[in-house]
Amino acid sequence: MVDWIKSLSRVLYVDLTRKLFWVEEREDLFSKWLGGIGVAVQLYKEEVSRHADPLSPENTIIFSIGPFTGVFPMASKVVAVFKSPLNGFIAESHAGGRAAAVMRFAGYGSIVIKGASDRPIYLVIDEEKVRFRDAGALWGMRSSETVGKVLREALPAAGYRTIMRIGRAGERLVRYANVTVETYRHFGRMGLGAVFGSKKLKALVVIGRKGFKLPDVRTYREVYKEIYELTKGVATKKYHDLGTAANVSPLNAIRALPTRNFSSGSFEGAKNISGENLAEKHLSRRVACLACPVACIHLAAIREEYEDEKYFYKTENVPYDYELIYSLGSNLGIDDSYGLLKVIKSVEDAGLDAISTGVVLAWATEALERGLISPKETIVVLKWGDWRSYVKAVDYIVKQPNEFYRSLALGVEHAASKYGGLDFALDYNKVEPAGYHTGPLFHASLAIGARHSHLDAGAYSMDEKLVSSGGTPPPPEEAARLIIEEESWRQVLNSLVLCLFARGVYSKQLVEKALKALGYTIDSAKLTELAQAIYLEKHAIKFLEGFDPEKTRIPKRITETPTPLGHITENYLKAIIAYYAKLIKEYISRSTPPEFSQ
Amino acid sequence: MKIETVRKAPLYKISNTRYFRISAPNYGVGYLKRLVVVDANRCVGCNLCVYACTNRFGFVGVSKSAIAVRSAGGVERGFTVVVCRACEDPPCARACPVEALTLRSGGGVTLNPNKCIGCGFCASACDIGAVMWDQESMKPVICTHCGFCVSFCPHGVLALEEVA
Repeated sequence: MVDWIKSLSRVLYVDLTRKLFWVEEREDLFSKWLGGIGVAVQLYKEEVSRHADPLSPENTIIFSIGPFTGVFPMASKVVAVFKSPLNGFIAESHAGGRAAAVMRFAGYGSIVIKGASDRPIYLVIDEEKVRFRDAGALWGMRSSETVGKVLREALPAAGYRTIMRIGRAGERLVRYANVTVETYRHFGRMGLGAVFGSKKLKALVVIGRKGFKLPDVRTYREVYKEIYELTKGVATKKYHDLGTAANVSPLNAIRALPTRNFSSGSFEGAKNISGENLAEKHLSRRVACLACPVACIHLAAIREEYEDEKYFYKTENVPYDYELIYSLGSNLGIDDSYGLLKVIKSVEDAGLDAISTGVVLAWATEALERGLISPKETIVVLKWGDWRSYVKAVDYIVKQPNEFYRSLALGVEHAASKYGGLDFALDYNKVEPAGYHTGPLFHASLAIGARHSHLDAGAYSMDEKLVSSGGTPPPPEEAARLIIEEESWRQVLNSLVLCLFARGVYSKQLVEKALKALGYTIDSAKLTELAQAIYLEKHAIKFLEGFDPEKTRIPKRITETPTPLGHITENYLKAIIAYYAKLIKEYISRSTPPEFSQ
Repeated sequence: MKIETVRKAPLYKISNTRYFRISAPNYGVGYLKRLVVVDANRCVGCNLCVYACTNRFGFVGVSKSAIAVRSAGGVERGFTVVVCRACEDPPCARACPVEALTLRSGGGVTLNPNKCIGCGFCASACDIGAVMWDQESMKPVICTHCGFCVSFCPHGVLALEEVA
């Protein structure tokens, strides 16, 4: 047991300002908080002061993996924790690809990136050292795909490495810029790309080729086999077949597919951009993250003839998922699958978060329609469904040629505060929502979730269950408890660190069993306790950073457009928020750890 | 041609005091088999075969795997799956200066780790790069065509094939 935790407990610190690195053994953290988000929250407390500016050298990026990483199927994610440049609070983002297992086999449980470089650099981290490399030639490159291509060819250890990089959006500090991992996976939300950009960190390459001796091979193999069979089974079939895009048709059928800036829950063009149609017309390959049999990554190939020359073609590859189809498809009124993929491609090349970009552009389209802004601001005329102008607008968000696009680059709330139209500016605490207009529980979970994300508690599925059973939303207190309980349990999954698509596979009993196989002595009661502790710690930090949930603006639009569970009332959401605020404030008042009071 | 044979799985040395014997479907009485890549285009790059291979020795990770999976220049082009082809006249064995690699009936080689001096000639001699290198023991990792990986390939990329 001790050895296993020890092998995970090495934390690599990299100081970009002084170009230094060192390793610390942090068994204290990994034995108490498992790993992943549990450990990252504690490291954040140590490293980031309450009032630090997210885009200053004082912000610190923490990557963490957990005891299951590289060990059990579908433990394929890395957690990144940092202060979000969108809202200035603690933020968390997860990515798959090869990053997680590679970090484990490089021998690090966490990587902490401090300070800021004075010039563009990229880091190459392996089992022994960190190299600080000049990124002058990569900075400003048009497509983040090209950056990957260059690094792939320049660096050794193909197959044993991860290549994370930002696009131009991150360099230019668009607040919702992302970090791309292995070309098609992302630390998508909360603006990690802008934090990379502010640190002049263009890319991060990790190489890992180690192996670790298991404490009890026989038990491990039994548990492994059990998990492997489950992850191949029905619990994940949907993600394998059509991928998350499978959600488009059912959500549209219950009128929960956000359309044209959430003005409707059903989209007449849904069939064209459905998972079925995309698979039949465009799907070229399915790929997996390391250690995942599901292979949910769906890549489309789009063939295009050059305008200037007949029979001169190119084929580009574009990843698609449900959230992108909503935000850049139905939410922009795009019903042409080819056009949708072109918009996704432009967002990918720029290195932007697809959800935020789609919501920002939807607001701009409606604001233009209502005359709050004019084509003088938007430069291109944004019209629902006109994908060509959206491709251009994506480029303007990155280039920011005028005041209007400079505002758009700061997020929808910022732009709407300036130009008007807050009633139809969709965000919770400056984080644009994912695509489920399923009912009040989902929107409540966005308001009270740590990162205002659909991933915090997955409350859309609570709504969906009510829709299919014909039930009605529970009273606010009970709803709040349900959401908080789900979000708490996910803290354990995110400490192990698992892909949330495996949440149906990894029951509490199975997690306990798998931990035991690695020598951990932790029972399910302790796991529940730990889940709550991490939840409270994380939310307490956010409160101490100045977050006041009761000041959260509830976008009027979501109360106007009916959900499958009827109209959402502001009072219902406010009651849930009040319950949540009381819970966290009580926690803070009964236990103010010294680290918080800096 | 069916070759009747009784074989015992090779014994691997983990440390001076610990030995490890693989139990996998290909051992025991049966026909000689070899590992083949049925269709690399079915590969999704999950690497579960690589982890299974390393796990033969009671490890997790990639360090002791005789299989390598890497993208064929970006994952959109698919993957290159490198496995030992079980050559009839293996260059690796010819390159070994100390006869640590002996011919395996049915193709490929068997490693005697006690003889191996870790020179790495076998790895450079293999044109398809299927002799992997264990950086920890500084010895080659040789595929025994045991088929443990096959049982963990979710998409039918790998198979055991009877040697004709």
